[in-house]
Amino acid sequence: MRLSFLARFGLRGITLIGLAFLYVPLVVVVVLAFNKADSTLWPPTGWTLDWWRQAWDTDAPKDAFVQSVQIAVVATVIALVLGTFAAFAMARFSFFGKSTISYLLVLPIALPGIVTAVALKNTFVREIDLGLFSFKVGFGVHSIIIAHSTFCIVVTYNNVVARLRRSSPNLLEASADLGAHGLRTFWSVTFPLVRSALVAGGILAFALSFDEIVVTSFTAGPGDETLPQWILNSFGRSKAVPVTNVMATVVMALSIPLAWLAQRLSDTTESISGR
Amino acid sequence: MTMVAVGDRSAPARVSRFLRRHRRFSLFVTLGGPVTWMMLVYVGSLLVLVAAAFFKVDSNSKVTTDFTTQNVVDAFTTGSFIQTVIRSVLIALAVTVLCLAIALPMAFYIAKIAKPRYRRGLIVAVLLPLWAGYLVKGYAWKSIFTPDAGKFAARKGGGFLEATIGWTPGFGKVAIVITLAYLWLPYMVLPIYAGLERLPPSYLDAAGDLGARPFRTFRSVIMPILIPSIAAGSIFTFSLSLGDYITPRIISGAKVQMIGNLIDQLQQQNQALSAALTLWPIAIIIVYLLGMSRLHAFENV
Repeated sequence: MRLSFLARFGLRGITLIGLAFLYVPLVVVVVLAFNKADSTLWPPTGWTLDWWRQAWDTDAPKDAFVQSVQIAVVATVIALVLGTFAAFAMARFSFFGKSTISYLLVLPIALPGIVTAVALKNTFVREIDLGLFSFKVGFGVHSIIIAHSTFCIVVTYNNVVARLRRSSPNLLEASADLGAHGLRTFWSVTFPLVRSALVAGGILAFALSFDEIVVTSFTAGPGDETLPQWILNSFGRSKAVPVTNVMATVVMALSIPLAWLAQRLSDTTESISGR
Repeated sequence: MTMVAVGDRSAPARVSRFLRRHRRFSLFVTLGGPVTWMMLVYVGSLLVLVAAAFFKVDSNSKVTTDFTTQNVVDAFTTGSFIQTVIRSVLIALAVTVLCLAIALPMAFYIAKIAKPRYRRGLIVAVLLPLWAGYLVKGYAWKSIFTPDAGKFAARKGGGFLEATIGWTPGFGKVAIVITLAYLWLPYMVLPIYAGLERLPPSYLDAAGDLGARPFRTFRSVIMPILIPSIAAGSIFTFSLSLGDYITPRIISGAKVQMIGNLIDQLQQQNQALSAALTLWPIAIIIVYLLGMSRLHAFENV
């Protein structure tokens, strides 16, 4: 399409403004982590590393960080196993109710977080009677993990199913023609094909769990505190605000290489919208 | 792929043969786990939630198991609730429109005008902020919106906006819309970019050769092709905004309430009414999803 110089210039301008819109808040957070004054007013009055020292010396944010990592790792492993199994079933078999199941898997991200959160809380708090036996999930690290796994499945599922759909069935036939049995084909052909999709899906699931606050605050026990919970709570105690900026900067610095890796390993467009 | 060396008697080969002959069993093995999990944990919980909306609450605000429709009637007829729902829908729509207004030109520039070798870098640059914490971004905007506290403040000046352009929307609805649009913008850019990538350049050339000016090309060629992408992106911006209660809480405290804030607060006071109120976002999202699927939002996005 031939666009006038002015139109091109305008589009480039809007793109630059859009990118600035996306990055200014992040820069503000990083700058405020070094701000001498204990306030969010702009511009900063001077520079200090005190908040970094304070973050290093306080246990609560570090404990919360470790807690978040632990929960995210377990939730990611569960989501990887269940999501991958579901992806193989959906890509390789056709059966009655298939489209219903594809909706079922996506439901936890289509419905607002608060709906999922209230639903899970209402269930975990009750004594559930299944006839043969009854049990109660209760609240603690385990309930956070169950909740996180549930909405992480869709991410791992999306990544793997997209890769399986794009990979050619000829490869599997070639493997069989060369005399490989099914498990051998899986190990030597299919698994290497989906490996990077697994890693990308795993990273995204980890990030989703690590950052989650709504479902977490409804399913956490009284003694548990993930990093997002710590951040939310510490903005109530205004003293901790600059330390929060430090923690935010640390998390951003750690997540950039992860984000870069996930982008490299998954097709850009399949990573989020999937399908 | 049926030609397997039949003579192979090793255990993995026998397992493979068994799985091939019993496809139903293989399907059960692969799909059984995830479906059981989703049915037990998720669908089960949603059913419990819907059931909880019909439970009676006794005078000590404890939930009993007696049936009543009072909560649902209250949730759907109380004026202040309806007002909050309308406000939430309007905010979610405003966020969607704002995201669209920014995402459309951005995605077009990245997909069709920027040099191909910069494209991947630019799209990664759009996605990268998704990786910074949700809460952190909310509080960053709160600090950016801080208005000048006036002459009685300990220190003069306001947040980033006040200091740089001398204007701030304060901590009201406009601020909430901007913050939510910021949070979900990448979800709108990505599907539109993907849609534009699939649009063959020859279409645009053909339109140009037939004498269409850029605006005509945009309206008659680009937009019809982009409708499913925009619909898909809007599902994210609309649904994520509609149910959000943390952002309004961070930005405007108790001043501006959205439907999620009501549900959150009532969890402490009246769980049954809170459960009944979740039927609002569920109903709105289902209607929205049905509408968007008519625009082919779920196909090949």
